[in-house]
Amino acid sequence: MATEKRGAGQGEPVLRLLGITKRFGQVTANENVSFSLNEGEVIALLGENGAGKTTLMNILFGQYTADEGTVEAFGRPLAPGNPRAALDAGVGMVHQHFTLAGNLTVWENIVLGTQRLSERSLSPRAAKDKIRALSGKFHLIVDPDAKVGSLTVGERQRVEILKALYRDARVLILDEPTAVLTPQETDALFATLREAIALGLSIVFISHKLHEVMDISHRVLVLRHGKLVAERTTSETSREELATLMVGGEVRAPEFPAMPAGPALLSLKSIFTDKLFDLDLELCAGQITGLAGVSGNGQGALSDLISGMSTPLSGEMTVAGQTPKSWSPRAAIAMGIGRIPEDRHKTGTIADFDLTENAILETYPEGFSRRGWMDWARAHAHTEHLIETYDVRCPGPEARIRLLSGGNMQKLILGRVLEESPKIILANQPVRGLDIGAVNYVHSRLAAAREAGAAVLLISEDLDEIMKLSDRIHVISEGRLSPAFGRGEMSAAELGKWMAGEGFAHAV
Amino acid sequence: MDLLDILFSAAFWAATVRIASPLIFATMGELICERAGVLNLGIEGIMVAGAFAGWISVWAGLPLWGGVGVALLTGMAFGLLHSILSVPFGLSQHVVGVGITLFATSTTFYTYRVVLPEVSSPPKITAFQPVEIPFLADIPLIGPALFHQTPLTYAAFLLVALTAFVLYRTPLGLAVRAAGESPSAVSAQGLSVTAIRMGAVIVGSGFMAVGGAFLTMSAFDSFFFDMVGGRGWICIALVVFGAWKPGKALLGAILFAAFDALQIRLQQTGIGAIVPYQVFLMLPYILSILALVLMSRRAEVPAALMVPFNKGER
Amino acid sequence: MPFEMRLEPIAEPSLARRLTPPALAIVASFVVAALLALIAGGNPFAVFGLIFKGAFGSKFALLETLNRATPLIFTGLAVSVAFRAKLWNIGAEAQFYAGAVMTVVLGTGMLTLPPMLMLPLLAVTAALAGALVLLIPALLKTRFGVDEVVTTLLFNFIFLLFVSYLLEGPLKDPMGMGWPKSARLIPEARLPRIVDGLRLHWGFALALISALALWVIDRKTTLGFEMRAVGQNAEAARFAGIPVTKVILKTALLSGGLAALGGYSEVAGLKGSLTQDISPGFGYTGIVVAMLALLNPLGVVLAAFFVAAIFVGADSMSRAIGVPSYLADIMLASALLLMVLAILLTKFRVRRG
Repeated sequence: MATEKRGAGQGEPVLRLLGITKRFGQVTANENVSFSLNEGEVIALLGENGAGKTTLMNILFGQYTADEGTVEAFGRPLAPGNPRAALDAGVGMVHQHFTLAGNLTVWENIVLGTQRLSERSLSPRAAKDKIRALSGKFHLIVDPDAKVGSLTVGERQRVEILKALYRDARVLILDEPTAVLTPQETDALFATLREAIALGLSIVFISHKLHEVMDISHRVLVLRHGKLVAERTTSETSREELATLMVGGEVRAPEFPAMPAGPALLSLKSIFTDKLFDLDLELCAGQITGLAGVSGNGQGALSDLISGMSTPLSGEMTVAGQTPKSWSPRAAIAMGIGRIPEDRHKTGTIADFDLTENAILETYPEGFSRRGWMDWARAHAHTEHLIETYDVRCPGPEARIRLLSGGNMQKLILGRVLEESPKIILANQPVRGLDIGAVNYVHSRLAAAREAGAAVLLISEDLDEIMKLSDRIHVISEGRLSPAFGRGEMSAAELGKWMAGEGFAHAV
Repeated sequence: MDLLDILFSAAFWAATVRIASPLIFATMGELICERAGVLNLGIEGIMVAGAFAGWISVWAGLPLWGGVGVALLTGMAFGLLHSILSVPFGLSQHVVGVGITLFATSTTFYTYRVVLPEVSSPPKITAFQPVEIPFLADIPLIGPALFHQTPLTYAAFLLVALTAFVLYRTPLGLAVRAAGESPSAVSAQGLSVTAIRMGAVIVGSGFMAVGGAFLTMSAFDSFFFDMVGGRGWICIALVVFGAWKPGKALLGAILFAAFDALQIRLQQTGIGAIVPYQVFLMLPYILSILALVLMSRRAEVPAALMVPFNKGER
Repeated sequence: MPFEMRLEPIAEPSLARRLTPPALAIVASFVVAALLALIAGGNPFAVFGLIFKGAFGSKFALLETLNRATPLIFTGLAVSVAFRAKLWNIGAEAQFYAGAVMTVVLGTGMLTLPPMLMLPLLAVTAALAGALVLLIPALLKTRFGVDEVVTTLLFNFIFLLFVSYLLEGPLKDPMGMGWPKSARLIPEARLPRIVDGLRLHWGFALALISALALWVIDRKTTLGFEMRAVGQNAEAARFAGIPVTKVILKTALLSGGLAALGGYSEVAGLKGSLTQDISPGFGYTGIVVAMLALLNPLGVVLAAFFVAAIFVGADSMSRAIGVPSYLADIMLASALLLMVLAILLTKFRVRRG
């Protein structure tokens, strides 16, 4: 259901990009990209991870300077490399990773930078009044006096949008805005956006989710390997065509037939931590258990608990039939838990260590040292083996891991984990930020481990991913866990309600 | 003289405020840097440089306030150097800070030797004299403590009010606080994190230097090599103790100064005859460590303190 | 906006890229010193000539330089091992004194053993004392999250006052004519000279051995691997099962011990007794040494030699033409700042926007 087309093609475009090229060293992130946005129009910028969408928007917004090309807003060129220029011209951006200060209030975050720094005082009252008025107009309800740190993800996004509206933005750029929302929150966001279009704003909507693109946009621009490869009017295209354009050919996603449950390999009973409440969970051999939920609802706490980074305040934990005597990352590894962490840069790897050092990080005490002396020869051989088996594209085992792409980094982590034949696998956002090839690779490896008898816990904020892979699904909300749902038992909308906290027996 | 006598003597409280004054200047300076996200360990050296620069310019003929101005500018110069290295280049604030302290201290001592090659004891200047505030100075106990001080002490208290006002009531202060909490938020709103942080470090360093100058131009009237004696490090502890808030930091500085004034007086009592004087001299440092430990559990620390910001980095 | 710049990582820095900035940093610190020498009325060429002559110009000068380098190797190693693990030990000064105090406590007659037993025993006890001194800030860091920079700095003042108390009280030499100075070590507790007639003692050899040992630990042992992992990314290290707290405490023990060996070597090898001013800031200079060495243990030996040469040379230059010897401190402080910048520039390219 596309919104009524208005204004497309009439008068000056509100935004125009001409021949934008941006290189990072050897990599060309954007190559000769041109497009224009008309008043009252929503264009979708579609492309998979790494296609150059975010870079392009960062250039438009002045975070980067383009090597070639210009950006014009309302017919006037924008000074490159200056976010201020874009803001002053009426272009507002809602970043994928929110740019908010958690310790400041909502109104402080919104008025930040809207006054000249030489001005004598802030005027909180006037600011809050304006914010309340905007909140009402665009259905963006949020308390201006609340500390941003105490808001939910959905509320924070509202603050991000309010920041742009407060500056009277005429053009909104939204970078993957639905990645962190429940289906219902996404609907609310779309209602807000339609309201904005009706008031004459124009929108660039960046996404890789086809159904959303079809839903909200008038035109779709497809970006692949930094180049604009296609432009379609939304009403004249289809999801299938867009999918093919996006990945540059037919890509068959692996199939994941449901598997019967084996014995429970990990069980948690009545677990309490400061973020988890009375949580029961069983991970069964031969199954992928999916954990759906809006980010920040206890996924991190559960992941920390299973990976050994934290201990519960109370409750019982059984790993492969045994109750661990003490609990730490080392104990978790020793009891056969393989862990793929959420953040491969900060937690999964050490950037300035080479591939070998990263590959043996978890296993050096048993596997690659003797009486305190490192066995580097063996470590190198092992790393060569991982590179080959898991198809890690790299200059060699002595290259620093920071030089690798996200996909290859993740493959090395995957190899590090799977090579130990773990009984239980904790996969926290295993494909976040990866391109489609790497996504399929990681998914099929996880599926293979499941078929070999491992119990997999898949934590993801992407409901589509959860629904595609999981044999069973739990929803986590405010630290509470829903009952287990079988594959196909629940629709996305029904899961969305659970994600929003509906259906839980008792409030906390 | 027992403890109660000390606590109820006007001289004790006057001394407390006097001892607190340089700490207040430097603590506000450090607080401004840290609120913007930069730990400034150059503080100790910058205080040394400020102490010398203010004093030597008065000795060379400038008026007292001119000396304060020179100290301020000297501090700002070292702040500029610190901020270039720590902000756009994002170098380790620990190493840069210690380096600035070594650099400022050695440059000061070198200049001292160049300007005064042959003297065995440093010359004296006519320092700031206490100015009585009419009526208020007559209030018992508080009067002499708060209203019979040198102008520089009054300036220290004004600085606290000014810092608090700017931080919490102006667009500039909001930008500084945001830079210390979430530089990406500042950058996304079209402000330059680099400029805000550099500005905070430069201004903060200026105040540190004035804190040093208080020692040579108000507390004493001459310059000695070891006169700063770790006060800079103590101020860093005071910022933590004050939970990065100007008012609480002021309270911390006064509390701390009261202990210092107390230990000086206790040395002259019966306890002083039994306990070696070094123990008394250790107390300020031990107290600072205790303050750090006590306050360590609280989560008020600016979220982006010591986190460099590289534009466009993901 | 004038300051806006971006640092772009260089994937595979060339050899030139890795060597040029550090070399320029050293040159630039000489330029800073030259300018300051001019201000003081000294001809820079004469100044540097005299510094060079004072450091290397005679056998005596060279030995003096090596003697001065010895404690700096120890404190430089102490700092480099700690900094590698991101344990910001600025308290090598206190740990150095702890080693010196321990040596004097046991070595002035309380114990009498043959030198073959006495000397190792003193070394071990001195190292333990220094290790304990750093253990307190390290525990405060791991237990309470207290920044160790400030605590180690504050400990320097506390420990120096403690030393002052000892030298005016329990450790005061009764024959010292009132000077705050300890008694002299018994002969069994003195580190002998390496070669008869040359004023260079076994402390220097111990320093070299320590540097080599540290290099081996760093490259070949699990402890070295763990220390590097914790220093580079403590969170990832903890996730991988490395006992981060234990590694930090072990690092602290090693670092404190090394600095204390410096104090031991200085007392037992060179001075023979303890005074309040036995260290002219060896602990702080150790930071410069470690940074100039890029935190590499073997590099520390070279850097300590360079730093010692500047100090010894500047002393002699100052006596000759009256340019203050603080010129050496300025040179080294600026070398430190320029070197950290140079290290960055070996890894990143500065780009606009």
